[in-house]
Amino acid sequence: MNTRVEIPSIQRETLKPAARPIAGLPIQVEGLKKSFGDNEVLRGLEFEINAGEFIAIVGRSGCGKSTLLRLLVGLDAATGGSFRIGDDEPNAVDRDQVRVMFQEPRLLPWASVLANVEVGLGAQRRSPDGRRRALDTLQRVGLLERRAEWPSVLSGGQKQRVALSRALVSRPRVLAFDEPLGALDALTRISMQRLLEQVWADQGFTALLVTHDVAEAVTLADRVLVIEDGRISLDLRIDLPRPRERGSADVAALEGRILRELFKNARAGDDA
Amino acid sequence: MSAKRAAFDLKNLTQWILPVAIIAIWQLLSSVGFIPERVLPSPAAVVLAGWKLLLSGELLTNMWVSFRRAIIGLVIGGGIGFSLGLANGLSRRSERVLDSTLQMVRNIPHLAMIPLVILWFGIDETAKIFLVAVGVFFPIYINTQHGIRNVDAQLVEMGHTYGMTPAELFWRVYLPGALPSIFVGLRYALGIMWLTLIVAETIAASSGIGYMAMQAREFLLVDIVVLSIVIYALLGKLADSLARLLERACLSWHPAFQRN
Ligand SMILES: Nc1ncnc2c1ncn2[C@@H]1O[C@H](COP(=O)(O)OP(=O)(O)OP(=O)(O)O)[C@@H](O)[C@H]1O
Ligand SMILES: [Mg+2]
Repeated sequence: MNTRVEIPSIQRETLKPAARPIAGLPIQVEGLKKSFGDNEVLRGLEFEINAGEFIAIVGRSGCGKSTLLRLLVGLDAATGGSFRIGDDEPNAVDRDQVRVMFQEPRLLPWASVLANVEVGLGAQRRSPDGRRRALDTLQRVGLLERRAEWPSVLSGGQKQRVALSRALVSRPRVLAFDEPLGALDALTRISMQRLLEQVWADQGFTALLVTHDVAEAVTLADRVLVIEDGRISLDLRIDLPRPRERGSADVAALEGRILRELFKNARAGDDA
Repeated sequence: MSAKRAAFDLKNLTQWILPVAIIAIWQLLSSVGFIPERVLPSPAAVVLAGWKLLLSGELLTNMWVSFRRAIIGLVIGGGIGFSLGLANGLSRRSERVLDSTLQMVRNIPHLAMIPLVILWFGIDETAKIFLVAVGVFFPIYINTQHGIRNVDAQLVEMGHTYGMTPAELFWRVYLPGALPSIFVGLRYALGIMWLTLIVAETIAASSGIGYMAMQAREFLLVDIVVLSIVIYALLGKLADSLARLLERACLSWHPAFQRN
């Protein structure tokens, strides 16, 4: 029961971009900077994300991936530059449109699975159909029958799925993930990747995925951004048809290219 | 299911074997005259004394008086400790103003204040309630503050990102997160509560279980003295069991309290 892996079947037709509503918001980042004291972590990031795009962000540990995500979801303030989500004011984050998921599920241990998902309704929590939507989202991640249980009895992967439904229940237009699958075993990871791809395809939000796993970035993302020395050192479009086979030749080739970029810079970093 | 039930009952029974054996041996030694009646009366004599006092109504009156003092003192001292613990756990500013003073006061053993308290309040109810309140204040204060401080910062951040208001953050994140620690404080406070009451009632009172024991001592009624001690023990056990039940009910989400 503990590490039961439920691999959701991918409905291929829903993965065609044309078949889905574009609910995502575009994001523009201009000269974004963040320093902690003397430590300049982000030194002027420039990039644009199209509405509904799936972006993966990779880079070596400590390069500032989490920092970037925290800025974009409004958990920290930038020290310079700006970003703009949809038509919002620069550097403003609409808490109900933008959701974030972390490596730790961050569930309330004293609330049932369902109550935890309902936390995600945010400002819509008093809406009459909130409960039904929470149940729908739980069904979506395959945990409807566990709705009355405490989070502590769930496995790591199941907890992350609850956290995912909490992030999804308000129908966000931007969803940021900070290594959401980092703590999961390989099999659970793969099934979660499919689930992520599937909900993204269904709901059309703009996805920002920070990951250590370059293969994961290539299998899921429309574009992979590599952060190095506080800047974007590579912005690579992945034009492979979905769903992509992890380990296929195309994926492996792109993966190799990103790894070479990371490795090249890593060596340069070591020499310095 | 029934096998499980039987096993459960058996486990329940085993914890009574030792107390029952001790009482049986005690009774036996008293009956054969090995323990003199003047030193320690037999269990039967203690029960008989209890029965007589119960019939005269004296026992219940005194128990009620002691119980009332304990509860009022607990509510006042615990209430203040809980409120200050919350305030100092949630607000750094409040902590800066109050905490070091409170920590200083904490080093005064509250029972050392008995002479002063008698000077202030005489030996009426206020004196006992005051002492109990001071005694239970600190464990509840410290554990409440500690509990709030140690609430997982990641959960608080999660609450912020999902747009919880300060009130929601308090009721849904801080308070439930601090509850295990608050219960530790409560159970500790209950122990102190009875201890304070025993001392205060034996030294300065004109009613209550402790007073009953002191009076019995003057008339060399050892059975009533022993009875008083037993009643204190039972009241203490009862309070602790109630606190455990409450804890179990409130913390059913906690892995430590999950059955099977
Ligand atoms: N609150 C903070 N105060 C001071 N320095 C910080 C803070 N948060 C991050 N940093 C620093 O910023 C840098 C980037 O950290 P960040 O967490 O963004 O890295 P990361 O790319 O997410 O790394 P990882 O892949 O290991 O998660 C690090 O050098 C870190 O020490
Ligand atoms: Mg990180």
